[in-house]
Amino acid sequence: MSVPHTVLGLLRTGPRHGYDLKKAYDTRFAHARPLRYGQIYATLARLQRDGLVILDAEEPGQGPDRKRYVITEDGATELERWLHETEEPEPYLHSTLFAKVVLALLLGEDARATLDAQRARHMARMRELTELKRTGDTVDQLLSDHALFHLEADLRWIELTAARIDRLRTAVTADAG
Amino acid sequence: MLHVTGIRKRFGQTIALDGASLDVSPGEVVAVVGPSGSGKSTLLHCAAGILRPDGGEVAFDGRRIDALGEGDRSRLRRTSFGFVFQFGQLVPELTAAENIALPMMLGGARRRAALAEARRWLALLDRREVAGKRPGDLSGGEGQRVAVARALVHRPRLVFADEPTGSLDSLSGEHVMDILVRLAGDDGAGVVIVTHDPRVAAYAQRDVTVRDGRVVTPVAA
Repeated sequence: MSVPHTVLGLLRTGPRHGYDLKKAYDTRFAHARPLRYGQIYATLARLQRDGLVILDAEEPGQGPDRKRYVITEDGATELERWLHETEEPEPYLHSTLFAKVVLALLLGEDARATLDAQRARHMARMRELTELKRTGDTVDQLLSDHALFHLEADLRWIELTAARIDRLRTAVTADAG
Repeated sequence: MLHVTGIRKRFGQTIALDGASLDVSPGEVVAVVGPSGSGKSTLLHCAAGILRPDGGEVAFDGRRIDALGEGDRSRLRRTSFGFVFQFGQLVPELTAAENIALPMMLGGARRRAALAEARRWLALLDRREVAGKRPGDLSGGEGQRVAVARALVHRPRLVFADEPTGSLDSLSGEHVMDILVRLAGDDGAGVVIVTHDPRVAAYAQRDVTVRDGRVVTPVAA
């Protein structure tokens, strides 16, 4: 997720202090990973440098939290552009897991054990997300579902790869020769 | 509560189970996963006393059930177990409420009391309005909810579900899994779910993989 664009989006609803922005961001977007204060101020500094936000008013002597940020016209244009841009479908073809499986096969190690262990870890995460979905609100459900569908895709790949491990071993070791 | 130990089962030349084991505790939800033809449904059928394994043991509450005759196993299935299958397998001539009431009536409950209990279950499932409908007039999701109620109405100790959402779209499937796990949990029943769908398996507290007729346990990473 693009933190700068999300911050611009929050500022589009009205001027805010850095602290308010962090709170609003964490509440709406950071279910698993809250933003660090350093991150929010670094992001705001960059947006300010690029002319996408400006300072509204400053009350001197009360620290950075008293700075109120306002989105500029350029900022609003950039936000519009980002909102309407589609995301690159990422095929994850060269994932770390793929590399581990191929290397395990090359080194004559138990690639199936690698896949089984990863499968167990994926399932554990899917259980957590399913529980969050069952007990959470609509926003939790939608976020969990998004993550669950992606994990499911990984899992299907893990299962298919486990089923084809002998063919993959033949292919990988032939290439190595 | 349920201990399946090293069971073997073959159909003609085909070895379906080759020393499979499975334990289920009260209140525990276990998913049995694995590729098609791995033996996971056969494992469920043997664990539930539907099939008799050729070897190994199935014990429920400390009592061997694999050695029981068909009559005793049938009684045990009716009183202590509940079943949900992929295609509801509701009785087409009976209404939804009568289908749910059936296990209670087979257990000796009076028709009026059983039907009242069936309606209470339909209310729990938020589907009061289907009480008088026959299975042919229910949507897939409604039919599976009725099947879940029928599996739980007689307060079984163990519920066996074989691809319970296999014929449903994602959203209906999730409703069915949610009520199955929630309502079985309320009663402290153990649940065994056979599924090829990881999203369904994620409703369980743990999952075991069947591969080539055996339960494989991954080494923790």
